[in-house]
Amino acid sequence: MPVKVRIPTPLQKLTADKPEVEISAATVSQLLENLEKNFPGIRSRICDESGKLRRFVNVYINEEDIRFLAGEASRLKEGDEVSIVPAIAGG
Amino acid sequence: MSFVRGLKCRECGRVYPTSPIYVCEFCFGSLEVDYDYDQIKKTLTRDKIENGPRSLWRYRELLPIDGEPTVGLYSGFTPLVKASQLARVLGVKELYIKDDTVCHPTLSFKDRVVSVALTKAREFGFDTVACASTGNLANAVSAHGAKAGFKRFIFIPSDLELTKILGSLVYEPNLVAVKGNYDDVNRLCAEIAGKYRWAFVNVNIRPYYAEGSKSFGFEIAEQLGWRTPAHVIVPAASGSLLTKIWKAFKEFEKLELIEPVRSKMHVAQPEGCSPISTMIQNRSEVMKPVKPKTIAKSLAIGNPADGYYAKDVVCQSGGAAETAGDQEIIDAIKLLAATEGIFSETAGGVTLACAKKLIQKGLIGPHESIVISITGQGLKTQEAIQHHLAKPFLIQPNLSSFEEHVDFPEKKPFLSQEGAKSCR
Repeated sequence: MPVKVRIPTPLQKLTADKPEVEISAATVSQLLENLEKNFPGIRSRICDESGKLRRFVNVYINEEDIRFLAGEASRLKEGDEVSIVPAIAGG
Repeated sequence: MSFVRGLKCRECGRVYPTSPIYVCEFCFGSLEVDYDYDQIKKTLTRDKIENGPRSLWRYRELLPIDGEPTVGLYSGFTPLVKASQLARVLGVKELYIKDDTVCHPTLSFKDRVVSVALTKAREFGFDTVACASTGNLANAVSAHGAKAGFKRFIFIPSDLELTKILGSLVYEPNLVAVKGNYDDVNRLCAEIAGKYRWAFVNVNIRPYYAEGSKSFGFEIAEQLGWRTPAHVIVPAASGSLLTKIWKAFKEFEKLELIEPVRSKMHVAQPEGCSPISTMIQNRSEVMKPVKPKTIAKSLAIGNPADGYYAKDVVCQSGGAAETAGDQEIIDAIKLLAATEGIFSETAGGVTLACAKKLIQKGLIGPHESIVISITGQGLKTQEAIQHHLAKPFLIQPNLSSFEEHVDFPEKKPFLSQEGAKSCR
């Protein structure tokens, strides 16, 4: 099931400057695996040595933070939009 | 003349040249300004600071700009108020209010960070500035950006206090009210910032912007007579201010402008949005984001970017975390006003309410010096207290109506015209 993934600027060098890519995946952890297959090196940027998302990386499915869903086990369906966003300062 | 070496990742330590970037390409950690302290030490003295401008720019050597400051020339250097009346009520001896309710021109500490951010944005050659804001930052970017001649895009959650909306609109920015909470606005802005070449003060200008908060800490130390207090209580939204006050103290220490720092840094958050305080109180290593529900809207950030760093500072310094409920926040706003004549916005209510609890719990000793950080003006959040204040006495414009309706100790029985005459 293809979902749309928005790539943050600091990672676009790894996606040939593409700000959006399509990836097939049923869960967020599968999405991270498949992102790595398509764009080698991207996973180590957003995940730590144990393979978990780094604490400063926020992932959203259709605007909802996955930590309010099922984390990396959160399920994806066709047409979902996934955003990867670094933490930002307050205001 | 600049003392900035470049940017450095707070997580992995990788260095980057000075540019409008904010996140490490390798580990996604946030970037921080790296200074040449050896050079600063050769030139910066107490004397030099004391003879500097009466604004945050008196600490220019420790702020990340290359040329002369161009924005916020009247911002910062707010009073440190000796709060004797409030001290008596709280049962402590030495209490101060760092009072940014009167920060020029938009009455919150955000005037400090925006002064630095927009000076830097101009150095980078941007013509448009933008921000995601819970209100105070919106006001500051709108106002400073107007004076400095920037085009401005301001993004806020649509449910902000009316005064904070008007307090941006009057400066005629492009104000965008987003149907969502601050965390939604922030996520959207991160994506907009990736697409348009604007100076987003709290996204791509963030490393420079955040440094402006240090001036709050520099001022505390200078105004206390070149020393740091035993305790500082700081409200937290993103957690950045707390970490920067600490950084300011440590920089002064490094430059030998003050004795070694022994201050305990305490964090204050509203009960309805306390991811940082909760993490500290539960001794957890993981911050759980929350959906905010509090009258302290300027602190309503459910996913604070500097939460982990704020926790590190609180724990390292031996401080504590506290939370305050809505009613406690309102009571504290009223207490500060009635004892010290300072009208704080809701965030300050949170800070004072938490300070009070920390004193009651014995975590702040009655004989130790205490600074409470009051970061914004109460006139901006009038909605929060409007149903919690007494009503005015309503009278006819004559003496008898006044004496009939208003009670006060020296009131004399009503005198007729004649009686009044004979008194003369």
